Amino acid sequence: MAEKKEYKVIGTRPIRHDGVDKVTGRALYGADFQMTGLLHGRVLRSPHAHARIISIDTSRAEAYPGVKGVVTAKDLPDAGDKVADLGEGAVNLKHLCDNILASDKVLYKGHAVAAVAATSPHIAEEACTLIDVEYEVLPPVLEVRQAMEADAPLLHEHLKTTSMGETADEPSNVASHIQHKLGDPEKGFAEADIVVERDFVTGTVHQGYIEPHNATAHFNQDGQLTIWCSTQGAFTVREQVAEILQYPISKIKVVPMEIGGGFGGKISVYIKPVAALLAKKTGKPVKVLMSRADVFEGTGPTPASYIRVKMGATKDGKITAAEAYLAFEAGAYPGAPVGPGAMCIFAPYSIENVVIDGYDVVVNKPKTAPYRAPGAPNAAFGSESVVDEIAEKLDIDPLEIRLLNAAKEGDRRADGPIHPRIGCIETLEATKAHPHYTAPNGKKHHGRGVASGYWFNIGLESSVTINVNSDGTINLIEGSTDIGGTRASIAMQAAEVLGIPAESVNPSVVDTNSVGYTAVTGGSRTTYATGYAAYEAAQEVKRKMIARAAKLWEVNEANVQFADGEFSCINGKEEQISFRDLCAQLGQTGGPIVGSGTVNPGGAGGAYATHVVDVVVDEETGKVEILRYTAVQDAGRAIHPSYVEGQIQGGAVQGIGWALNEEYIYNAEGTMTNASFLDYRMPTCLDLPMIDAVIVEVPNPGHPYGVRGVGEVPIVPPMAAIANAIYDAIGVRMTELPMSPDRLLKAMGKI
Amino acid sequence: MQDFSYVAAKTVPEAVALLDEKGEKARILAGGTDLIVQVREARRDVDLMIDVKSIPAVNVLDYNADTGLTLGAAVECYKIYAVDAICDAYPSLIDATTIIGGTAIQGRAGVGGNLCNASPAADGIPPLIVLNATCVIAGPNGERELPVEQFCTAPGQTALEKGEMLVSLKVPAPASNSSSFYLRFIPRNEMDIAVVGAGASVTLDDAKQTIVSARIALAAVAPTPLFAEEASALLAGREISDAAIDEAAQAAQAIARPISDMRGTAEQRTHLVGVLTRRALNGAIQRVQDAS
Repeated sequence: MAEKKEYKVIGTRPIRHDGVDKVTGRALYGADFQMTGLLHGRVLRSPHAHARIISIDTSRAEAYPGVKGVVTAKDLPDAGDKVADLGEGAVNLKHLCDNILASDKVLYKGHAVAAVAATSPHIAEEACTLIDVEYEVLPPVLEVRQAMEADAPLLHEHLKTTSMGETADEPSNVASHIQHKLGDPEKGFAEADIVVERDFVTGTVHQGYIEPHNATAHFNQDGQLTIWCSTQGAFTVREQVAEILQYPISKIKVVPMEIGGGFGGKISVYIKPVAALLAKKTGKPVKVLMSRADVFEGTGPTPASYIRVKMGATKDGKITAAEAYLAFEAGAYPGAPVGPGAMCIFAPYSIENVVIDGYDVVVNKPKTAPYRAPGAPNAAFGSESVVDEIAEKLDIDPLEIRLLNAAKEGDRRADGPIHPRIGCIETLEATKAHPHYTAPNGKKHHGRGVASGYWFNIGLESSVTINVNSDGTINLIEGSTDIGGTRASIAMQAAEVLGIPAESVNPSVVDTNSVGYTAVTGGSRTTYATGYAAYEAAQEVKRKMIARAAKLWEVNEANVQFADGEFSCINGKEEQISFRDLCAQLGQTGGPIVGSGTVNPGGAGGAYATHVVDVVVDEETGKVEILRYTAVQDAGRAIHPSYVEGQIQGGAVQGIGWALNEEYIYNAEGTMTNASFLDYRMPTCLDLPMIDAVIVEVPNPGHPYGVRGVGEVPIVPPMAAIANAIYDAIGVRMTELPMSPDRLLKAMGKI
Repeated sequence: MQDFSYVAAKTVPEAVALLDEKGEKARILAGGTDLIVQVREARRDVDLMIDVKSIPAVNVLDYNADTGLTLGAAVECYKIYAVDAICDAYPSLIDATTIIGGTAIQGRAGVGGNLCNASPAADGIPPLIVLNATCVIAGPNGERELPVEQFCTAPGQTALEKGEMLVSLKVPAPASNSSSFYLRFIPRNEMDIAVVGAGASVTLDDAKQTIVSARIALAAVAPTPLFAEEASALLAGREISDAAIDEAAQAAQAIARPISDMRGTAEQRTHLVGVLTRRALNGAIQRVQDAS
């Protein structure tokens, strides 16, 4: 492990700046937003999973007392086939607009068709029932393999498969095919003494954030649009709304309210453009709130998938070749995270011969959205189950086989990049050394499983401004929505530079008019990239403060030294002044000091995790209890260890839910039958043991303090780890998620 | 949510008169943990909510070792399990009242409301069936009584006629050497609706080796909670054995007519009826045998 530097603030656990307001209920969320003259919007959603819209008649709704405006896709600018670039790749603008309000077809149950603004939410709801929509109902396509069949009903008549730069002639539900190849897989499999090939199926799962989507929009008389909302990125809301409404970004201001969870699900916009359309039509501010059912049926979950993994190894455990076939459900419009799945699937290993095929396939379900390491958990369920089976067949310890094949600096990933300094081996070693791994676990129907995971993490743009206050504190202005304690983790990086306590930093997450461009809180980038910008902004403050001290002492700047929060003179003069005291003298030494940092760093460091889980299976009911869980992860550098642990625990818990019970259950018509937290079974605290989070620190050379992203990789290993533990407990390999009690009963031959 | 009227009735006759006048579109409001959600989600069309929480007769909670329990229809779960004597006498009722919703819900929800909501999956109903409880019903023509197992007629439907309301439940005093047990299967450990529920009561002989009589009830495997009459009768006079319990479990499975839905499949439910019936019977027997 790299040498540990001494830090004053980094690595400590100060109370988060937003904590008290949140636990006392004073923090303001989107639903709290109030304004004089506020109207309430409600979206009418499709009752069919797949249908052509013949006609929409809004006249009865418009005539209903209290209704101030009704909008449909006709109120959106004609998108045609324009392509919008939203920073995360080009998106077909018609697809983007149709997902906001369907124009010609509805492609999932819950697809927005029209919206009403009225003087009360109840009137808006009632008026929605007065909108007459005539549909021609079409057969739904609800499963990825069915959608890929040649005779499957088509969702989009003009969608043609693109594959390695070529576009097919015939329309298809397969939007794209990607392939990554390394070495000679055929030769690799020929060298193997053992080859294991298995099929896997995973269900559609939701991020399960507690706070439903919300948006309030208001147009000023001069055409300035303001949107108050819950989002992972105010700037991406601005971009998406600008594209969808074909409205200049300079005329849109997005104000991020506090956010009650996102996990990737609050990047795409749904009701924000709708609120804007209603506001425009009525000339009043309009607030639109989703219900929980709206959230399940009308926003993006992470995809169901069909995965085939084949791996070969020599009898001493060296993996010689790996092959993966990943078919992901995009939902109604292209854009499944099959790319990231393909990037991550074999990344914990150093394998010479690899081929990975990925397919992005449309089905009649909501368009998928990111969810914590999107694509990687699906893929790892397959690969980590197969690695476990190979280890078992070769009678090699599952951690040993992972160590034997572990990815290291200089290895090439199948999709191209060469690993910089990574902590795969250190994470595995720490897992092996943890007492959990060697604790006795031999009881009947008890089992232990391990699995690893990788997530590449991203950089992207961030901006931070620091204003120095005369009392020795600083105001830190940032554009990153704080989902997991990033006000603290960003503030701490500035505090470390300036030698002040974290409590002397006042972080504010502000609107798009008040800070430089900042990409979404996603990709585990915020503590890394916005923290990096805070570091740069603090460096500028430090440089300017040094200049002030030099001015004060009438010495050259080179003769001023700054250490431990104290400026001192090093040319023989006995001068010393604290950061705080110098702050009080800014007025006399030249005026206010503002520092700014803007970054687009390319050095995001990939993160590895290895999880160990103990389960007990009730053989009569098929119910799996999690008895003990240890999650080990390379954080690079844990700026605030409590929030790193929180991220690790949260990811593991969401993975446990994904593994055991969470799934969208559809009937034959394509209606989700469990669109509530009652029947969409996320684990509660009563279903979970304490999740032991173990932080490994292999600093990322691409960040001044060594930060790697931490939020996503912990959801990658749990599904396979639990499947492997179930196998250890009852001798049955589960290859379909969730591993719910009925599926276990079937697999055990009990029903 | 649609507008509706609200009346806090002070007496049973007042509530009955309102029910009789408004018919289908009037509903009794007690805890409201089902009703308010149903109205909010437009699953029930209600013009008038008649709050009965201030009517003394529906708030009675009276236990007497000789005459048994009178449980007012609006008595909340938390009040029931706060009485030690009731916990000792009717453990299956306590098994159920402590798992209906969470702690907060148990402060509002009651067993009477659970019965009137007539969910096939209601946790509160199988214990009432195995405890031989009777419904006391008030209506325009006075009071009548009905065994609990005859109260639910279909999902959300009850034997209450126009103008009738449930006033209370009467539960006989437990026989000596008897006890009861209720459990449900849910994929999580809380905050879930029964995939299958099973309740059992047993009365043993003085040696605690032979079953004098038993009652078994099932939830979530038919349009209404079921009294497994044949399965229960099979046990009368039988010495306690795995074979006897298996036979009863199989007889219980034979009357299950489950559906497949988002909470579980029909095969899973039929299988679980066997598992849970055995566990409920063994649990009740164990309680008798553990009692000094």
